[in-house]
Amino acid sequence: MVEPLLELRGLTKAFGALKVTQDVSLSVLPGEIHAVIGPNGAGKTTLVHQVSGTLAPDAGSIHFAGRDVTRLPLARRARLGLARSFQITAVLPGFSVLENAALAVQARSGSSFRFWRAAATEAALNNAALEALAQVGLANRAETLAGDLSHGERRQLELAIALAMQPRLLLLDEPLAGAGPEETERLVGILAGLKARYGILLVEHDMAAVFALADRISVLVYGQVIATGTPAEIRANAEVRAAYLGEDH
Amino acid sequence: MLHRYAVPLAIFGALALAPLLGFGAGHSLSLLARAMILGLGALGLSVLVGGAGLVSLGHAASFGIGAYAVVMLDAAGQTNAGVVFPVAVLAAAVFALLTGAVAIRTAGVNFIMITLAFGQMAFFTAASLSAYGGDDGYTLYARTRLFGTKLLENRWFFHYLLLALLVLAWAAGRRLLASRFGRVLRAARENPLRVQALGFSPYPYQLLAYTLAGALGGLAGALLANATEFVAPSFIAWQRSGDLLFMVILGGLGQLHGAVLGALAFVLLEEYLAELTPHWRLIFGPLLVLVALYLKGGLLGLVQRRG
Ligand SMILES: Nc1ncnc2c1ncn2[C@@H]1O[C@H](COP(=O)(O)OP(=O)(O)OP(=O)(O)O)[C@@H](O)[C@H]1O
Ligand SMILES: [Mg+2]
Repeated sequence: MVEPLLELRGLTKAFGALKVTQDVSLSVLPGEIHAVIGPNGAGKTTLVHQVSGTLAPDAGSIHFAGRDVTRLPLARRARLGLARSFQITAVLPGFSVLENAALAVQARSGSSFRFWRAAATEAALNNAALEALAQVGLANRAETLAGDLSHGERRQLELAIALAMQPRLLLLDEPLAGAGPEETERLVGILAGLKARYGILLVEHDMAAVFALADRISVLVYGQVIATGTPAEIRANAEVRAAYLGEDH
Repeated sequence: MLHRYAVPLAIFGALALAPLLGFGAGHSLSLLARAMILGLGALGLSVLVGGAGLVSLGHAASFGIGAYAVVMLDAAGQTNAGVVFPVAVLAAAVFALLTGAVAIRTAGVNFIMITLAFGQMAFFTAASLSAYGGDDGYTLYARTRLFGTKLLENRWFFHYLLLALLVLAWAAGRRLLASRFGRVLRAARENPLRVQALGFSPYPYQLLAYTLAGALGGLAGALLANATEFVAPSFIAWQRSGDLLFMVILGGLGQLHGAVLGALAFVLLEEYLAELTPHWRLIFGPLLVLVALYLKGGLLGLVQRRG
């Protein structure tokens, strides 16, 4: 059996009386896209927060690359190779597109306690950053301020930043949200291309994209995983159809 | 578009020429010295506020520590610049490191409040130092000796020494903010969560920046003690911290020379208004409010919009 890259066991989290994550167990294998779908407010973003380290679970454990990371802070998990994109884009608006990606490269290439040389002149950082931008089709926007990008372009930059970290696992929270049809097509193509190299935990509302990309799908309803399986299994699952997919799917 | 060095060159050029163009008299030089020393402190604060997003309301404490280092060493008979200045800088840096270690764990208004509290702590400590004059302050009968000489008493030498230090600090600050280190600082100001998600903990970066700004404040404080030949707890009062913060904002946060411009404008305005009327504070106060409300980007913003 392949060792999973990410394994959640019995993850539980409540905000007061509201149980947002209830005994969630799931895994992501290397090179696998595991999608998490579910209605609004099901607890998908909260789950991503717990995996990335912005929220601590009340119970359960998170193992990443064979290591228990349940109690590690966000920055430590990122250094281990866990990269996340944010549902609400969190690019640095006052930085250029290139500098946004270059900072991600900087995070994994040597010490940042360097005080003299202008970081913007470090070719190694810039080249790797440009490569990540090219992967998402943003290379021609490198000099633009991230704050001046269109919504869809910010989604692309969000992804480029995650790629520039050269992570082992990508945690993507609705990478397609708000993207137009053309941008969606491009992003789906990019994600399909990334699959071989990374494990991906993908939270997404766009069902066409999810069913095209995912190897496995987990359905989250009221914080609980009601089903996990291949796209075909999920499509055929009566409970899922009733609870979530509805008749129009 | 103005050349990117046009404004700093104009500021530093004006300071270099001022003594030759009718500002060479004792009073004018004292005024300019005060402005440049405050500018030096404001530069450090500008790295914190404009660069790292750390709005400190206790920056005068580092001034006070630098100034009191001069006083204490003077009382102990030590006036050698080779000892006095390093001690002043180091003491202020250590204070910033210790207080910053606590303050930087907080953010926003809490950070402002806690730096204010540490500043007040330094203020009350200074006021209780009866051996050094307590509330009344301490008069220095001679300036610190440079290589055993009284060079610092020479107003012209002092003027150009201050200018050289100011230019050096400005250039170093610029490099710092453009470096890898500065990039992490700037990014953490814009979005600390994003920076952590990349794998950085902002804390050590911010703490080091806070310490460096404190060290620069200590140097400025030691220079101020020499300029005024008198040190009192009022050097550390929170109003002084507020003044420094205002200089930084008045000049413009985006670029470091804004702090120098702000300090110059502040000191000259204060002086000019005080000559005009004894009730100058009644004018100065509302003027500050107007600037804060309407002068977006500070004086630099004004200059650049024209350019
Ligand atoms: N910090 C918080 N405190 C209290 N309740 C919260 C908090 N964060 C989220 N919630 C609630 O938890 C539930 C799950 O939110 P979450 O954002 O995880 O849902 P989601 O599945 O990502 O939804 P969407 O599809 O809209 O992005 C919601 O009811 C939300 O209001
Ligand atoms: Mg969500």
